[in-house]
Amino acid sequence: MSSITKTKLKVRDVNVFYGEKQALKNVNIDIADGSVTSFIGPSGCGKSTFLRCLNRMNDTIDEARVTGSIIMDEEEINDRRLDPVVLRARVGMVFQKPNPFPKSIFDNVAYGPRIHGLASTREELEEIVENSLVKAGLWNEVSDRLDDPGTSLSGGQQQRLVIARAIAVNPEVILMDEPCSALDPIATARIEELIDELRENYCIIIVTHSMQQAARVSQQTAFFHLGELVEVGPTETIFTNPRDQRTQDYIMGRFG
Amino acid sequence: MTDISTRPTQQGAVEARLARRYRSEARFRAAGLGAIFIAVTILVILVGSIGHQSLPAYTVNELRLNVELSEDLVDPLGDASEDSIRAGSFTRVLQNAMREEFPDVSNRRELRELFQLFNSLNAPQLMNEVLEDPNLIGQQHAFRMPLADDLDLYLKGRLVEETSARFNTPLDITSDGRGVLLRAQDPVFTDRLSSLRITIENDITAEQAARDRLVEQQALAQDEEAEDLGVQVSFADRRISALQAQLDGDELTLRDDMPSLIVESRGGFYKLTTVSIDGLAARAEQVVPPLTDANTDRSNWVLRIVETPEARGRASDNQLIWTRALVERNIIRTTFNGYFFNNADSREPELAGVRGALFGSILTLIITVILSVPVGVSAAIYLEEFAPKNPITDMIEVNINNLAAVPSIVFGILGLSVFITLFGLPRSAPLTAGVVLSLMTLPTIIIATRAALKAVPPSIRQAAMGVGASSTQTVFHHVLPLAAPGILTGAIIGISRALGETAPLLMIGMVAFIADVPSLSLEGMTEPATVLPVQVFLWYDAAERAFQPRAAAAIMVLLFLIISFNALAIYLRHKFERRW
Ligand SMILES: Nc1ncnc2c1ncn2[C@@H]1O[C@H](COP(=O)(O)OP(=O)(O)OP(=O)(O)O)[C@@H](O)[C@H]1O
Ligand SMILES: [Mg+2]
Repeated sequence: MSSITKTKLKVRDVNVFYGEKQALKNVNIDIADGSVTSFIGPSGCGKSTFLRCLNRMNDTIDEARVTGSIIMDEEEINDRRLDPVVLRARVGMVFQKPNPFPKSIFDNVAYGPRIHGLASTREELEEIVENSLVKAGLWNEVSDRLDDPGTSLSGGQQQRLVIARAIAVNPEVILMDEPCSALDPIATARIEELIDELRENYCIIIVTHSMQQAARVSQQTAFFHLGELVEVGPTETIFTNPRDQRTQDYIMGRFG
Repeated sequence: MTDISTRPTQQGAVEARLARRYRSEARFRAAGLGAIFIAVTILVILVGSIGHQSLPAYTVNELRLNVELSEDLVDPLGDASEDSIRAGSFTRVLQNAMREEFPDVSNRRELRELFQLFNSLNAPQLMNEVLEDPNLIGQQHAFRMPLADDLDLYLKGRLVEETSARFNTPLDITSDGRGVLLRAQDPVFTDRLSSLRITIENDITAEQAARDRLVEQQALAQDEEAEDLGVQVSFADRRISALQAQLDGDELTLRDDMPSLIVESRGGFYKLTTVSIDGLAARAEQVVPPLTDANTDRSNWVLRIVETPEARGRASDNQLIWTRALVERNIIRTTFNGYFFNNADSREPELAGVRGALFGSILTLIITVILSVPVGVSAAIYLEEFAPKNPITDMIEVNINNLAAVPSIVFGILGLSVFITLFGLPRSAPLTAGVVLSLMTLPTIIIATRAALKAVPPSIRQAAMGVGASSTQTVFHHVLPLAAPGILTGAIIGISRALGETAPLLMIGMVAFIADVPSLSLEGMTEPATVLPVQVFLWYDAAERAFQPRAAAAIMVLLFLIISFNALAIYLRHKFERRW
């Protein structure tokens, strides 16, 4: 499997500072396309911070400063000259708490395609919306009430709506920051299934606090600790035969 | 683990605390309810008292006269041209109509009083009616005008204290050389006699006290001064004995400084001059003759007592009597006060209206909204969403907050010295007022808008950014619609404050007396006008008492406007509010 996959993101010497405080130290990692990579680690170790580097969401935090090189398909993305708006169309993001817009279900999904001009006619837009909802596994539940507000859905449905919204702009990478932390086991299983289905066509990165989830959905796992990327490797190896003592302690539940 | 043995005591402590907590919650709730109750009570009292004060302003007593538009008065040139009509003496026409109602009035002083039942400012209105329809010349014309303000108040019971009693005992009215003699079979006037006696007795006591003081002074004074005082004492003695003679005589004379007694019988009105001590008879002046053809019952008559002495009143007894007679004849009728809602300000309360000030307020408000809302909202959006954080923006922020606390009169001074003196904007015009008020409103709108923007949850911004919206798109597509209700509320609060503002407008000359309703147009913006709160201020200050209810009514109009504004704000809020 590893022989076919190609590298989507090449991260070299990334440091992140919030003012004086350094949140990430010298992170180096390659992330493969067409697979799921999970980030694990104790709270406050910098997982979200790193995820935000990948779609330049750190730009929206005044005091954040990112150094180093992040290359996506041969292109440097950690570069002031690159418009983050263009990048975010290619790197979608799903947040920990479902955050649909207070608009209709249709408008939620259609918003991205609209602002990026992906559809020229109403029919095309409807098609994109339908496809995205189908891919996100929500179509059957909402097809007859697309005009209802997105906020009227249940938490699990909202999270899938948000995923549909992210895939509607046809991104190459999808970042998910603890997407299931607010969901019950059934909704979680549904999302995990969804991630598995989406894997073929996207490069997916997921932050999770659940070892089981990381083991279930990801092919590659990275362990962060105190702002350092301690260890990265195939998920099986990390969970069965970690090289670093800290990884082992974390997986065994000895801290975190 | 918790030690089992400690559990009961813990339970007790929790219960004790719980009781205390409930008590404090109940106290808090009671305090809150009390506060609301006090606030509502004060509000009700306030609005209620103003509303009550304003009641007389909504109706008006109108004179409906059939005026004779005789050619020689109305059309002196005889060609029915505009020039000719403009040269006509319409005041005379109105005066003639009044004379016709009371043909017996002949002496000049009484005629002048009679003509004061209406205001001569009504003559131009009659002229306009003739100008509009020259065919009226030479015809009878039904003309309507408001009764003079004081008499209007009289009919509304707000000018003098008056009581009236209806009698069913025959009253003989005969005239002799000295006037009219009223005689009844029962002592109908005794009730009043005792109070008249008390008045006279009080007068005697007062005179006596004054006399005693004079005597004391005389004892201390020398030569000429003592002589002088002696003369004064003798005068006082004479007055006292005259008063005493009244009490001892067989009739009491009603003086000008005593309540007036008026008898109304068979359409005739009589003002009593003396009352016989037995209470059976009285002498009177006939002010309005009885109806000749009336065979109405002579045993059905009314005794009216005007408690306010004529000398202190704002209308003479004759005027009150004529007014009553006209009401009786159905020439004065009470109607809805159209004058108040259709006219601009006037020197005469009965013609003064609120429309000029209302339109002035609307024009001013339009300018204020046009200037302050877009500028305020844009400034707030920029400061909140786009401005870099640095000392300069911090300074701007602090200063905007300070600006909101600046007393409004300062903006008036600014308007006077900058907009009028420096930029040459017109004085007392809605344009200038609007500019000044928008300066005053800006900080409020900016602060409210920023608060509304801050209240939009960051997750919405992240969501928009996450799908690749630029920061402008994020703000305009997502943040602003969510903040709109809050922005709207802030803007409307700021603007309704501006609507009620007086002080800065006084500075820029809005106190001017404006007798025209401004036009709701671009020209109207630069023409002199006044606004509702200033109009209230002017009317409350006016000498004529009839302006007071009008001022209260103007406040009601202002309150109505402000309440509709706030209702609009609440409606829009509900309409646009979305949950997230
Ligand atoms: N906006 C910010 N400003 C300042 N410091 C921040 C900011 N965001 C994160 N940090 C700091 O950076 C460090 C890493 O935070 P981050 O949110 O990346 O942790 P995390 O691994 O996602 O934790 P969790 O699992 O709890 O979400 C923390 O110490 C945090 O305090
Ligand atoms: Mg996190």
